[in-house]
Amino acid sequence: MSEELDAGLVAEQIAESGRLGEPSGAREVGRARRRKEDARLVTGRTTWTDNIQLPGMLYMAFLRSPMAHARITRVDTSAARGRPGVVAVYSGQDLADEQGSLPCAWPVTEDIVIPDHPPMAVREVRYAGEAVACVVATDRYKAADALEAIEVDYEPLAAVTDMTEALAEDAPLVHESGNRAFTWKFAGGDIDAAFRDAPVVIERTYVQQRLIPTAMEPRAVVATTDGDDFTLYSATQIPHVLRVMLALTTGIPEHKLRVVAPDVGGGFGSKLQVTAEEVLALLVTRRLGKPVKWTESRSEGNLTVHHGRDQLQRISLAAERDGRLRGVRVDLLADMGAYLMLVTPGVPLLGAFMYNGIYKMDAYDFTCTGVFTTKMPTDAYRGAGRPEATFAIERAMDELAHELGLDPVEVRRRSWITHQEFPYETICGLTYDSGNYEAATDKALALFGYDKLRAEQTDRRERRDPVQLGIGVSTYTEMCGLAPSRVLGSLSYGAGGWEHATVRMLPTGKVEVVTGTSPHGQGHETAWSQIAADALGVPFGDVAVLHGDTAISHKGMDTYGSRSLVVGGVAVLAACEKVKDKARQLAAHMLEAAADDVEFADGSFTVRGTAEGKTIQELALAAFAAHDLPDGVEPGLDAEATFDPDNFSFPHGTHLCAVEVDTETGACAIRSYVAVDDVGSVVNPLIVEGQVHGGIAQGIGQALFEEAVHDSEGNLLTTTMADYLIPSAADLPDFTTGRTETPATSNPLGVKGVGEAGTIASTPAVVNAVVDALRPYGVHDVRMPCTPERIWRLVAEAGAPAPAATAGTGEPAASGAGETTTSASTPEESAR
Amino acid sequence: MPRITVTVDGITYEEEVEPRLLLVHLLRDRLGKTGTPVGCDTSNCGACTVLLDGRSAKSCSVLAVQADGSDVVTIEGLAQGGEWHPMQKAFHTEHALQCGYCTPGMIMAAIDLLRDDPDPSEEAVRKGLEGNLCRCTGYCNIVRAVRRGAQEMSQARQEREVPAS
Repeated sequence: MSEELDAGLVAEQIAESGRLGEPSGAREVGRARRRKEDARLVTGRTTWTDNIQLPGMLYMAFLRSPMAHARITRVDTSAARGRPGVVAVYSGQDLADEQGSLPCAWPVTEDIVIPDHPPMAVREVRYAGEAVACVVATDRYKAADALEAIEVDYEPLAAVTDMTEALAEDAPLVHESGNRAFTWKFAGGDIDAAFRDAPVVIERTYVQQRLIPTAMEPRAVVATTDGDDFTLYSATQIPHVLRVMLALTTGIPEHKLRVVAPDVGGGFGSKLQVTAEEVLALLVTRRLGKPVKWTESRSEGNLTVHHGRDQLQRISLAAERDGRLRGVRVDLLADMGAYLMLVTPGVPLLGAFMYNGIYKMDAYDFTCTGVFTTKMPTDAYRGAGRPEATFAIERAMDELAHELGLDPVEVRRRSWITHQEFPYETICGLTYDSGNYEAATDKALALFGYDKLRAEQTDRRERRDPVQLGIGVSTYTEMCGLAPSRVLGSLSYGAGGWEHATVRMLPTGKVEVVTGTSPHGQGHETAWSQIAADALGVPFGDVAVLHGDTAISHKGMDTYGSRSLVVGGVAVLAACEKVKDKARQLAAHMLEAAADDVEFADGSFTVRGTAEGKTIQELALAAFAAHDLPDGVEPGLDAEATFDPDNFSFPHGTHLCAVEVDTETGACAIRSYVAVDDVGSVVNPLIVEGQVHGGIAQGIGQALFEEAVHDSEGNLLTTTMADYLIPSAADLPDFTTGRTETPATSNPLGVKGVGEAGTIASTPAVVNAVVDALRPYGVHDVRMPCTPERIWRLVAEAGAPAPAATAGTGEPAASGAGETTTSASTPEESAR
Repeated sequence: MPRITVTVDGITYEEEVEPRLLLVHLLRDRLGKTGTPVGCDTSNCGACTVLLDGRSAKSCSVLAVQADGSDVVTIEGLAQGGEWHPMQKAFHTEHALQCGYCTPGMIMAAIDLLRDDPDPSEEAVRKGLEGNLCRCTGYCNIVRAVRRGAQEMSQARQEREVPAS
């Protein structure tokens, strides 16, 4: 921990977070409970999909296109069929009649182009890695061997990997219908008036590089059939959505298809998908009548797990001389890749509502063009649209501060919504229900030791220290709790945003909670147990949480977008309340009292003013025995509930980052990082802190390390973990986290969601810090990821009046340099 | 096909294996030791780390034939007499896992790290675990867990030594 952090404040904060102590009283909600999930995970008694072995199981392997764009003129699978252990080999053509088209559930405009998307290519491949043929064999080695015996003739077609080039008149066409998938516009207020005669206008272009989500568990699928019943096990975040979509795609009736998400080793959006491999596993098991398994290798995954981000953002701010914002204009290009997958077009739209950030303004104007390129499709990745939006506004706010000679924190204060102004209707038409940006920021500044670090920065600049200090701030909000169904409907999303729960009291008084959410590391079993334990007055250990199997949990919308607690956790609470209502009726009957006279406390129903009562466990047994139930009351003590929120929730916070940038080598090290997040009421502080830590690391990954790089022919150059760098323990410091708690008013738990907060906030905080360190060198932007080479080149190129004497080398400047980056760099210019 | 003898979590197996079979696939597909997962195919992630004759090894980078005559300990063999290893407890106590996919490898690597440095600094833990990647935790709690595990292991050692005198 860095010495400049205020040790007393940090200790206080840690104590508050529950690490050093737990709140007194019996309440579970708010308590830093260690997780129930851990027992199987720390002992290796897990059910990852790849662990599943079924009798007679076969293994699938896919031959994948080595070219980004080509016509398939011949596929010869005959030699492969004769290889040892090979049971079947299929080309796309072999399955053409039954493979259907992978679904896109978010047609964002009336005139959107949704190309046919066969799970296995039939006539043309449109990205490197697209499946061309599939082998089914008796073990995974033999399946891999046989791939080599498949002959494919490709007629190469021109690749197009850059969005701007893809929109040119003479660009190679990814689809005959053209490379523009859609244009989506959104506006509020009079944007022309806001920019007319604006005293200050900041115009910048930022590149959101393409990312590979990199969940630690590679994707895996097991499909099996028994007559006309099918079961699909998949490392998925969305068993419920997947079942509906697979039924529609494959024609297997929904009631004959069970989808199970066993233990899932991380998702971050990448498992929020209906994949080619899931569809093909079902088709193959249907053809062969035998169970099949497919597990991807990491290098296969880097090619074919949907990618994230990949946007080109042109953002303009109009402001007054005192820093107050007048308006924001955004012109966005979003790379769809070669096809539209489940929610591909919707991702940039989620960002559309967030470019205004936490700020007040008179006008806003947003245009997004979705562009096809010959690359793996993009789709949801942690934060989905909101990290991109937050990055652009928070980078631009720093440029505004620089332009006006104001402190970056001060410039934010001048435009942000003050805590007295909530609920606040934003220029985007959202109602931010609650928040307190001042409190979170003040706390973060104190924990960080802001003034002391600024003093050190000045000192280093004056000393011409080759290692410069940069300080970066980002203040953010996001919209979570996806989502009110009617809002999703108005945005053309194909489904609602409700969530479902069933709460069952068992005859012995134990409790089963069945949730429609589908966790993959978020600790739902623990948090949902805490909610049910409090609501029903039963011990935490008496609650089991069941999930991730459509045969057990018959309804659900699954886990993504920080929606699980905010929608699913609230559904659990609602189901508990219904159970209690029934228990109260039963208690009144048994105690011969009026229901209104029966009080509930600590798991017992008592007649007001007497000691006479029944525990909820006794009532569960009575409801099971059903010997003496009131008229019209059914046996059993259970209930189900569906919660559809009226509004999104809006977590917010302030993150501060200090980096040391070695101007001689370009090396950049994070010295300290402070995050103060307001995620509303907290069910389990330990889990919240863990989610924040992980989110920060992932956002730092984008800022400093990660990028999916393609060559001009569309080949992915970062196919392994040796090329695509995610942060290791040695790359990161200890994070200091703090909280403020402004409960959400849109749900009875007051919760807001936390899964994406860290990722949204950290990327701009880190890049702002890197740029801050380099400003004396005349560097005012660094394109992500801020690699040592890129930083070194910028410093060398600038050769400007600098605090340290740095010699120019004559090397060309890396992209993204310059006072006003009005022209964008492309991924090909990556100076990786 | 070569015949090998390997002891895994205290049980000796004799197996005929293809020369190219990876140790991790022997463990997972043949012996049912699925507690050791595979996260990559380039030995970068460390999810498949096991103890091979007491030292940590990425089992995706070891051929089964190379393990002939060796003693392998996987995460499933770590608990003794139904009691978790202190490092398993420490990971739970410090909330050092979320999805848990990297956890077996992380715990095995941490145990080996402590053989060389029984009381590692934060920096030493971060350096020592560089070859094990986690995508969920941001490593803060993993570092705390390894240091807690180290303390508890050293305490346990001291307790064992006292009654012996």
